[in-house]
Amino acid sequence: MNKTVNQKAWFFVLPVLLLVAFNAIVPLMTVVNYSVQETFGDNVFFWSGISWFEQVLKSSRFHEALGRQLFFTFTILAIEVPLGVIIALAMPRKGPWVSVCLVLMAMPLLIPWNVVGAMWNIFGLPEIGLLGKTLNTLGFDYNYTRQPGAAWFTLILMDVWHWTSLVVLLAYAGLVSIPDAYYQAAKIDGASSWSIFRYIQLPKMKRVLTIAILLRFMDSFNIYTEPSVLTGGGPGNSTTLLSIDLVKIALGQFDLGPAAAMSLIYFLVILLMSWIFYTVMTRNEDQ
Amino acid sequence: MAKITLSHLKHSYYPNPTKSEDWALKELNLEWDDGGAYALLGPSGCGKTTLLNIISGLLIPSHGNVIFDEEDVTDLPPEERHIAQVFQFPVVYDTMTVYDNLAFPLRNRGIDEETVKSRVTEIAEMTDLTAMLDRRASGLTADGKQKISLGRGLVRNDVNAILFDEPLTVIDPHLKFQLRSKLKELHQRIQNTMIYVTHDQTEALTFADKVVVMNVGEVVQIGTPEELFETPQHTFVGHFIGSPGMNVLPCEIKNGAAFLNGSKITTTNKAPKDIKKAEIGVRPEYVTFSDKGIDADIVKVSDAGRFNIVDTMCAGQSVKLLVQEGASIPTGSAKLAFAPNSTRIYSDGWLVGEGGAK
Repeated sequence: MNKTVNQKAWFFVLPVLLLVAFNAIVPLMTVVNYSVQETFGDNVFFWSGISWFEQVLKSSRFHEALGRQLFFTFTILAIEVPLGVIIALAMPRKGPWVSVCLVLMAMPLLIPWNVVGAMWNIFGLPEIGLLGKTLNTLGFDYNYTRQPGAAWFTLILMDVWHWTSLVVLLAYAGLVSIPDAYYQAAKIDGASSWSIFRYIQLPKMKRVLTIAILLRFMDSFNIYTEPSVLTGGGPGNSTTLLSIDLVKIALGQFDLGPAAAMSLIYFLVILLMSWIFYTVMTRNEDQ
Repeated sequence: MAKITLSHLKHSYYPNPTKSEDWALKELNLEWDDGGAYALLGPSGCGKTTLLNIISGLLIPSHGNVIFDEEDVTDLPPEERHIAQVFQFPVVYDTMTVYDNLAFPLRNRGIDEETVKSRVTEIAEMTDLTAMLDRRASGLTADGKQKISLGRGLVRNDVNAILFDEPLTVIDPHLKFQLRSKLKELHQRIQNTMIYVTHDQTEALTFADKVVVMNVGEVVQIGTPEELFETPQHTFVGHFIGSPGMNVLPCEIKNGAAFLNGSKITTTNKAPKDIKKAEIGVRPEYVTFSDKGIDADIVKVSDAGRFNIVDTMCAGQSVKLLVQEGASIPTGSAKLAFAPNSTRIYSDGWLVGEGGAK
């Protein structure tokens, strides 16, 4: 086929290019700019090379925040993905309950993030919150504003409550797309329900689960609003995740250079890990 | 292997069927011999898949019984009926190799690996899958996948019958023929009862010893391909089988004989007195041009290879005839003759008189 060469077509790409430039490329380049310079105010900048990167990479503060971040992300993935699949399997495929379940599942996703944080903040208060009061009445010593363990428990529970639905909805979409013939053939072949799950449902859900895991990974690695409203990173620094730490450095201490260097490292970590996830999960696709 | 008997079977997808349209399958009685090759033929929505699912146990009929040999299996689930089924869209277990796919039904039944191996090897050889045994099943073409589906049925030796639900729908035309001959060959080799559902007359007529023709939830005729062609019991069969289908012409009846546009038509059967909606049926193969006969105007001649299909209008009705390639075709108007031995009277669609089923 002959391709038509028409330079006017560039004009059609221009709006998107401008959009991307102003909301991604320009801010990103500004960050790059800050990360290699030193400033003492008055818009006077000095070249500082890669010193900020060295400082961030060597600081134990960064290491600890990264550790907490990894712990948080892998914990919620380990809970939300299996739980989401189990709930999706238990949901009806036909009938009037389908829409009821779907609406119920979509509900947490519709709540603004800071409201989620505020809800759980009040929910967990030991004196007046339903969760906090109940736990303490039952004899558990629970106070998330003072105990790091309790803070982590609340944080993870909140994220599971908020985001498992996303995994459920994606897994459910994968499940309903399996033609009946597969189940019928499996029945005739005498497959157990475990075999049906292992050899039909799981392989057919693989693509959507890959997307679910990637989305959950990136979102949880970036998470800011909810933990910042719930615990503000405390008690102490015990729940200070990467993004919270970053905001403290950039807006609290106004250390633009280190904050910019950290942003870039943060960004590269997410990019690298997403790439690893994706490669591992789609590895055997085309054999 | 087993003889399959369907007794007073009917099915409706509604809980309380009242009208006759509510029944997806109207009452039917059928007997299929052990080791036969049968086809269920009919247009989409005629109930043939419903019937097949009832036999396989995926569907429990609202009325009647399914009997394998002497055992009533109506309420048994599919896995206890010992049947195999090949579906319209190939079903393979994507993550497994071809070998594991074929071994799956055996392993589920707890059969030891040695027996599994010998069975799988044997079946792979039969279905030409030997070279692909170590490949992932997801990488195969549609016909390869259908062979796996079929192989999973053949691999078990407790199979009473193998059911096919339009298995060639997604196969490329040039492979259809190959796979069809393969099926025929396999049937001769293993002598298992096979039931083949299709809406394609070629598939049904070439595969089956006996064809069950269905229309709107009802069995219209059961017969060998030749019977279906030569003596259609219903105008539907005449029309559905054959290409082009049988000419069906409304006619007048006087003293048991049929008249078309005033001229008497000689038929093999006589019309009864209580005839409703009288029609005569004659296949295009048995209509010829002649010196005397019924007047007709030639509308169109289409070349169908070895034959020419001639469309004529005869007293306001369309009559088609097949003319051998090379034979002369008159232009404008002509006279038509119907072969008396192959021209029949139908009442309300059904063949009347001798040979009439109902």
